[in-house]
Amino acid sequence: MSEERQIQLEVLRYNPETDLEPRFQTYSVPCVNEWVVLDALNYVKENLDPTLSYRWSCHMAVCGSCGYMINGEPKLGCKAFIHEYGDHIRVEPLAHFPIERDLVTVVEDFITKFSSVKPYLIPKEDKPISAGEFKQTPAQLMKFKQYTLCINCMLCYAACPQYGLVPEFLGPAAISMAHRYNQDSRDGGRDQRQEVIASHEGVWECSFVGACSEVCPKHVDPAGALQQVKVASTIDWYKEHLMPWSKK
Amino acid sequence: MEIIQTDIAIVGAGGAGLRAAIALAEADPKLRIALISKVYPMRSHTCAAEGGAAGVIKSDDSLDLHFGDTVGGGDWLCDQNAVEYFINEAPKELMQLEHWGCPWSREPDGSVAVRPFGGMKIKRTWFAADKSGFHILHTLFQTSLKYPSIQRFDEYYATDLLVDDGRCQGLTALEIRSGEMRQFQAKAVIIAAGGAGKMFPFTTNGAIKTGDGMALAYRAGVPLKDMEFVQYHPTGLPNNGILLTEGCRGEGGILVNKDGRRYLQDYGMGPETPVGQPVLKTMELGPRDRLSQSFWHEQRKGNTVSTPWGDCVLLDMRHLGEKKINERLPLVRDLCISYLNMDPVKEPIPIRPVVHYCMGGIHTDIKAATPVPGLFAAGECACVSINGANRLGSNSLTELLVFGRRAALSAIEHIQSGLSNSNDGALAAQAKNSEDRIRALFDKRDGTETVAGLRKEMMATMEENAGIYRTGEELARACEKVSELRQRYANLALTDKSKVFNTDLMQALELNSMLDCAEAVAVGARDRKESRGAHQRLDFTARDDQNFLKHTLTYYHPKEPPRVEYLDVVITKSQPGVRDYSGAKK
Repeated sequence: MSEERQIQLEVLRYNPETDLEPRFQTYSVPCVNEWVVLDALNYVKENLDPTLSYRWSCHMAVCGSCGYMINGEPKLGCKAFIHEYGDHIRVEPLAHFPIERDLVTVVEDFITKFSSVKPYLIPKEDKPISAGEFKQTPAQLMKFKQYTLCINCMLCYAACPQYGLVPEFLGPAAISMAHRYNQDSRDGGRDQRQEVIASHEGVWECSFVGACSEVCPKHVDPAGALQQVKVASTIDWYKEHLMPWSKK
Repeated sequence: MEIIQTDIAIVGAGGAGLRAAIALAEADPKLRIALISKVYPMRSHTCAAEGGAAGVIKSDDSLDLHFGDTVGGGDWLCDQNAVEYFINEAPKELMQLEHWGCPWSREPDGSVAVRPFGGMKIKRTWFAADKSGFHILHTLFQTSLKYPSIQRFDEYYATDLLVDDGRCQGLTALEIRSGEMRQFQAKAVIIAAGGAGKMFPFTTNGAIKTGDGMALAYRAGVPLKDMEFVQYHPTGLPNNGILLTEGCRGEGGILVNKDGRRYLQDYGMGPETPVGQPVLKTMELGPRDRLSQSFWHEQRKGNTVSTPWGDCVLLDMRHLGEKKINERLPLVRDLCISYLNMDPVKEPIPIRPVVHYCMGGIHTDIKAATPVPGLFAAGECACVSINGANRLGSNSLTELLVFGRRAALSAIEHIQSGLSNSNDGALAAQAKNSEDRIRALFDKRDGTETVAGLRKEMMATMEENAGIYRTGEELARACEKVSELRQRYANLALTDKSKVFNTDLMQALELNSMLDCAEAVAVGARDRKESRGAHQRLDFTARDDQNFLKHTLTYYHPKEPPRVEYLDVVITKSQPGVRDYSGAKK
C-alpha cells in the first residue's frame, strides 16, 4: 500500500523578477503511491527547493486553491493521484490565466466575472427573519443543488477553448452560478442577471465543447447549465419579439 | 509605505470575517470596510466544515436545552452569559443565512431539516448535506458581493497591529503579490483569522490554519485564553487526517474495535444502543473529547486495528445503505473512496482521532471585544468563551455568525464613542518598525535554521507531549522545547529572495505565529493541574473546581515564556456537575 516510487516531477518555474520567460525544472521525488501530486510538490518545497511557489490549503478538494495543469490537463493537485501517472509528471499553472510566479496564476479576471453575474439571492418577496424560512421542498432544492457545489477552482476556465480564444467570455463557472440562483425557488433576480449572461460575452460565446463539465472535480456540469441558459434565453427572445404582449 | 485609510479593518475573510463585513455594510453603507485575508475568501477553512450548525428551531427543542448541552459539553469552563447570548442569537443567524440563499437540507414539507449531533440532547443541527461549512462560506462570500462598501484585499498577510493612545488603530500587511508593505489606518480592527491546528502534524486543518490572528493580538499585548484546550475529532482518515463528519454517527454510523465491539459502552457512554438507531447524547453521540479519549484507552489495551498508517478503530456505516449515504453523506463517501480507496457502503472505514479545533484563542468579552479598545475578535481565533473545555460539534459554525456580527456591532459602537484624533506620526513609526522586522527576516543571510526544519520539530514536540493525554513531565519538556525553537527562530534564513509571491517568507511568518501559539498551549497545559474536557492529565486525573474553574490567560513576552494569570469563569445558572452520557440507561 505504501510502496515508494521515484518520480521525475517537471515543474514550470517563472520568477518575474529574474526570468524573461518560463522554464521547466525537474525534481526527483520519492513518492508514496497513495500520494497526490500536491504531496509531491510539498515534498519539493520542504526538502529540495523552498523557492517553489504554489497555492494550496485544504488537501481535500473543497477549498479550490490547488488547480494546476497536470500532464496538460486541468486538475486539482490534491485529487490527482500519483498512482494514476507514470514516472514522469509535468505540472504547470492553469492554462488561460497569466502567470504570477511558478504555479501561481493571476485570477482577478475570474473574480471580476464571477462577481458580475450577481451571484447572490435576490429574493422574490421581502420577508423578515422573524417570519421564518422560505419553504423549499427537496425537489425544489434538487433543481439547483448541483450548481451550488462549485468550488471556484477555475479548472473549467483552463479547459474551455472559447475562454482561451475570447478572453471576454464570462466562462462556465460564472454562468452556472447565475443559473444556480435563477433556478432557486426563493429567487426573483433572473431579469437582472440576464442582462449580463445573455449579452454577447455571456452564454452565446459558449461553443458547447463540454470540456468544462469533463474536468469539473465536483460534477457541477457547467456545460449543462449553459445549455439550459441558452434555451431559456432563446425563449425570452421569442417572447419579446414575437409575443411582446406576454412580456412581464 | 502606502497608507490605506479605512473605518474598520477585518483580518480574515472566512465565516466570521465575512459575516462581520456584511453586518457592517448593512448597518451603515457609508462605512469604509477593508476585508483583508491571506487567501481569497472562498479558500478560507470554513469551507472544510462538514456536519452543520446548531440553533434551536424545532418545537421539541428549547434554548435552555441547548444551553445545558453546551455548558455540560464544555465541562463547565464556558462563560454562561456568553453561552446564553449565543444560544439566543443562533436561530436568527441561521435563518438569516436561509434568507441569503444557503441551500440547507429540507424536510419533505419544505422546512429546514435538522440532524442529531454529538453531545446534543435534541436534534438541532442545521445542515447542507455534509458540506455545511462550504455552503455557509460561499453563501456569505457571494452575499458580500452585493455591498460595494466592502473593499477586499485578497492575499494580504497581516503582520502587526498598530496600537497607539491605548487603542488599536490599524495594522500593517504584506501584499503577497508584490511583497510590498501597506499600512491600514482604521478606527477599529476585527480579527477573524481562524485557528492554529497546524501546530500539530496530524490535523484536519488546512495549510492556512497557522494561528496568525491569535499571534497578531498576542504580540500586541492581548492575552490568549484557554489555549491548552485542543480538540481531537474522533474520526479522521488515518493516512492524511481528512475529517469524516460527526454527521456519520448522527446518521447512525457506529464505532467498533478490532473485535467488532462497540467499545464506547466501556467508557461510560453505554449501554449499547441498537445499530442504526442512534440515541442522542450517548454511545456514538457522546462528545468528542470522550470519544477521542476512549480511542487512546483502546489503543493501550491492544484493541485497535493496525493499519499501514498506525492504529485505528473502525467507523461502520454499511447498515445506513447506499441511498442514505449518498443523500446525507455524499462528501464522506467521496473522500473515503478517493483518499483511502474504501467505500463506506461496502466496508467499515479505519479512523483515528485527529487535531481539529482550538477551544482557546484571543481573550474577548461577550461583546467580542478584547482588552485593547478598538480591537475585536470572532470565530475560532477568539475565545469568548462558549466552548469551554470541549466544543460540541456544530456550535462553531454558528459561533462564526453570532460573534462575527457581534464584533461588527461592537466595532461600530466603538467608533461612535467619540475617538480622539490619531497621531499619524506615531502610527507611521510603528508601521515602519513592522516593515523593518519583516525586512530583517527577508534580508538575513547565513542562517542555520530552516522553516521546514523548525516546523517539523515543533509538530513532533506538540504531538508527543501535548496530545490527548498529558503528563507534567511531558508538558515541561514541550515548554522547554518550544521555547528553544523560538530562540532558534532568530537564526532562520530564507532561501527565497524574491519579492513576488514569496511563500518561503509567508511560511516563515506563519511558523512564527504557530510557535507563539504552541508555547501558550504548552505553558497553559503544564500549569493546569487537573483534567477537564479536552485537557486530560495522567498525573491529575480529576477535575478540580476548587483551583481550576478558571480561564488561563497567557501574556506574550518577546524573549521569555508567557506570563500566566487566571480569570474566574462566569457561572449564572448551571453549577458544575457530572457530565453524564449514559443516556441509554434511562
